[in-house]
Amino acid sequence: MSQKTGALESISLAIVGSGGAGAITAGAIILEAAAKSGWYGIMTRSVGPQIRGGEAAALVRLASRPVNCMSEHFDLLVAIDWNNAERFAAEMPLANHGVVFCDSAGGDIPDAIAHSGVSVSKVAMKDLATEITGGRENMIAVGIVAGIIGLSIDEIMDIVATKLSEKGSEAIEAGRQCIQAGIAQLEQYTDILKLKPSKQKDSERWLITGNEAVGFGAVRGGVRFAAAYPITPATEVLEWLASGLARVGGALVQAEDELSSVNMAIGASYGGRASITATSGPGLSLMIEALGLAASAEVPIVVVDVMRGGPSTGIPTKSEQSDLNIAVYGCHGDAPHLVIAPLSVSDCLFSAQWAVYLAEAMQAPAIILSDQSLGQARVIIDQPADVTFLARRKIYEGADDEAYNRYALTADGVSPMAIPGTPGGQYTADGLTHSVRGTPSSKNSDHQDQHDKRNNKIANFDYGDHWADVEGEGEITILVWGSIAGPAREAIRTLAGEGIKVKLVAMRLIAPFLKEKFLSALNGSTRILIIEQTHSGQFHKYLRAQCDLPGNIRHFHRPGPHSIGPEEICDQIRDWKKS
Amino acid sequence: MNAPQPSPFKSSSYKSDIKPVWCPGCGDFHVLMSVTKALAELGRAPEDVAVISGIGCSSRIPAYTNCYGFHGVHGRSLALAAGLKVARPDLNVMVMSGDGDGFSIGGNHFLHACRRNIDMTYIVMDNRVYGMTKGQPSPTTEPDWDSALSPGGTGLSPFHPLVIALASGANFVARTFSGSIKESTNVIVEAVRHPGFSFVEILSPCVTFRPDEREWKNTVHTAAVETTSDPARAARRIMTDDGFNTGILYRGDRKPYDTHVSDTPGDVSILDQEFKIG
Repeated sequence: MSQKTGALESISLAIVGSGGAGAITAGAIILEAAAKSGWYGIMTRSVGPQIRGGEAAALVRLASRPVNCMSEHFDLLVAIDWNNAERFAAEMPLANHGVVFCDSAGGDIPDAIAHSGVSVSKVAMKDLATEITGGRENMIAVGIVAGIIGLSIDEIMDIVATKLSEKGSEAIEAGRQCIQAGIAQLEQYTDILKLKPSKQKDSERWLITGNEAVGFGAVRGGVRFAAAYPITPATEVLEWLASGLARVGGALVQAEDELSSVNMAIGASYGGRASITATSGPGLSLMIEALGLAASAEVPIVVVDVMRGGPSTGIPTKSEQSDLNIAVYGCHGDAPHLVIAPLSVSDCLFSAQWAVYLAEAMQAPAIILSDQSLGQARVIIDQPADVTFLARRKIYEGADDEAYNRYALTADGVSPMAIPGTPGGQYTADGLTHSVRGTPSSKNSDHQDQHDKRNNKIANFDYGDHWADVEGEGEITILVWGSIAGPAREAIRTLAGEGIKVKLVAMRLIAPFLKEKFLSALNGSTRILIIEQTHSGQFHKYLRAQCDLPGNIRHFHRPGPHSIGPEEICDQIRDWKKS
Repeated sequence: MNAPQPSPFKSSSYKSDIKPVWCPGCGDFHVLMSVTKALAELGRAPEDVAVISGIGCSSRIPAYTNCYGFHGVHGRSLALAAGLKVARPDLNVMVMSGDGDGFSIGGNHFLHACRRNIDMTYIVMDNRVYGMTKGQPSPTTEPDWDSALSPGGTGLSPFHPLVIALASGANFVARTFSGSIKESTNVIVEAVRHPGFSFVEILSPCVTFRPDEREWKNTVHTAAVETTSDPARAARRIMTDDGFNTGILYRGDRKPYDTHVSDTPGDVSILDQEFKIG
C-alpha cells in the first residue's frame, strides 16, 4: 500500500490497453473533465504501428498551472490489459509513490513494473463491465482515475454524455454505472494522489491540439485555401482546415500526392488567396522543388511540416527535430525563405499566424516546423491572445501608365504583385531566372539583381521580438528551438526551486538567422547548453555555421522516439554546475 | 434573348511581344496561333485568362501570350492550375503541356485531373519526343525510334493519352493537328466552353528531332464519325483508330468539380468556439 503523498502540483497518469479497448477515449474524458474542473493539462497518445488492434496508451498530465510537456515519471497507471504493454513500459517509468491498477484477468504484469516496487492493485474491470448492460471496461478505468485524483462524477458525466450522445441514453447510463463501479473499487485508496485545486475555473481556457492550433492560426492569418495529402502526424491540420475553411468561405482540395498539393497551394496563392499545405518529412522531401519555385517566382505559401522520426519512413507516430536541415537547406540553388518553429501548443496558433503574415508580406515561402509532440498533444491552455498583423500582400492595383514590371527592384525587395483579373498586370510567373518584367533571362545582371532582391527582402525585414522567447537571467543559458522549449521551461522552473538561475533562449525564427539579435540575447552567458532532438546535432551545426558561439558550449542531443524530458535537462545543468 | 455580342478582341490582343525560343517550323507556333484565335472568339479579356505550363518546349507558351501565365516546375502544371481554378473560379484557366511534361513526369496528375473534372482546358502539344533536351523518347514515342539514350528504340508500348483521359473521367476529349489551324481553333473554343475538364491533344511536329513528323500534315484526317457522349463507344473508336483521327471524339456530361469558395468574408472570430472550455 502506497503512502499518501499530499496534494500534488501535477499528476501524470497513463491508461493502457489493447487497441479498441478504449484507453484513448478514457484519457480524453479525464482530460476534458479536468479542464471543466479548472485544471490545466496535456494528453499525448502512444500507439503501436497497427491501425487497429495494436496497443494504445493515453498519457495524461494534469496540473494546477499551465504545463507544456509530459513529466518523465508517472504517478498512476491503469492497465485495462497488459497485451504488448512491455513495449510501452520504458516510456512509462513510475514514480516511487506510483500506483498501478490492472485488470485481474488482464494477463501477466510486465517485469519492469512488477519489480519496480510500486503498489499494484488488481481490479476485475472486465467482470465489472460485463455485469452492467452495455458496460465497457475503459469506463471502469475512468472511474478509478476519477476516484484517485478527485474528479467529481458530475464533471465527468457532462463529458461522457456529450461524447456518447449519438449512442443514446442507454449508453450514457451504462457509462455512469461503470464509472461509479470504478470509483466504488477505491474506497480504501482514496486520497492517495490528490491534485492541488486550481483557481482558474473562471478564466477563459481552451482545449486544443497543436495541429488544430496551426490550422486555426493560419486561418486567422488570412489563409483561405489549403491543399491536402494525408500523412501522419500532420493529417489533423488538414482535417481541421477542411471544416474550418468551409466555415469562412475558403476551400480545401485533396491532392493526389505532395507534389500536387504544394503546387496547388502555389497556384491558389498566385490567384490571390493566402494558401497553405501541411505534411511531414517524407512529404516535405517531395515538396522541395516547388518551394524553390515559390521562392523564385515570389509566390507566398506556407508549408507546415509536423516532424516525425526520420530518415525515410522513420517512426511516423513519434517526434523528432531532424527536418531542420532539409527545411533550411533543402532547396537547390540559393532560395531564400522563412523557417518558423512553434515553441508550444499554444504558440502553434501564434507561429502559424505569424508565418502567414511573413510569407504574404515578403511574397516568399514559409515552412513551419512543428512536430508530433506538439501536433498530436491535446492541451488545456489559457485563451491565447488574438494577435493582429495589419500588413497584407503588396498588390499591383493597375491603371499605371507605365508598363508593369512584376519583379521591379524596390527598396525593400518586395514588388507589387498583380493578381489575375487585374487589367494591365499580366505577367508570367517563372522559375527560370527572369528580368524585372518576368521574361526568362540568362543575363548576369538579371540573375544578380533578382538574387539580391529575394535575399534582401528577407534579410532586411523587421521581425520585431518574435524571433525568440528570451526569458530569465543567469550566466547559464539553455538554448533550444521548437518544442524543446516546453521541457526546457519546466527544467528551468525546477532548477529555480533549487536556487539555480538559468536563462532560456528558445528560437522561433530559424531562417533567416538574425545574428545580431541572437548574439545580443546570449550576451552575459558564460555557459550555454544547446538541446535538440536529432541524432546528428543539426541545430548545433546550424548555429556554428552562422556565428561564433560565445562562452562554453555543451550540447545535449539524441533522436526520438523518447522525448527529451525536464528531469534529464535538469541533470545536465546540475552536472555542469558541479564541474 | 439577346444576340451574342461580337468579341471585342482580336487574336493579336492575346499575343505578347516576346519572341519564342522554338525552332523554325515547330508546330507549336501554329498552336499559339490557334489558341490566340480561339481566345479572341471566346471574347474573355486577356487579364481574365490564365495560361499555366510546366517545363519543355511547349511549356514556354505562357510568356508568348498576353494573358496571366505561370511557367512552373516540370510535370506539375495541372496541379498548379487546379489550385488556381479552385481559388479563382472566375478565371478561364488553360493548361498547356507537352508529351514528356504531361504524360511522363506529370502522368499521375493527368489521371487525377481527369478524375477531378475541374472546369479547365488541358492542351498537350504532342511531338513524341523530348525536344528541349535534344531528342529523347517520350511516353508517346514509337518503340523502334532510335536515339542516343535508347539505341535501337525503347521497345515500349506508346502511352495512349486519349483513352487514358477517357478512362480517368475527362469530360471532353479531342485530337487535332497543329497545322490545321481552323480545326484546332474550333476545337479549343468548344473545349473551353464545355464544362469540366477538357483534354485536347494537338499533334505538333518537332521538325528538328523528328523530321519524319513533317509528314503528319499528309497523315492526319478528320474523324468520319459524329462526336459521342458514350464513353465506351468513344474508347472503342480511339483504341482502334490509327492515331491520326482528328476532331471532338467525346463530350461527357459529368458535373464539374464544385469549388465552394466564396468572396464573402467569413466570420473567423466564431471559429474559436469549438476550443473554449464551457
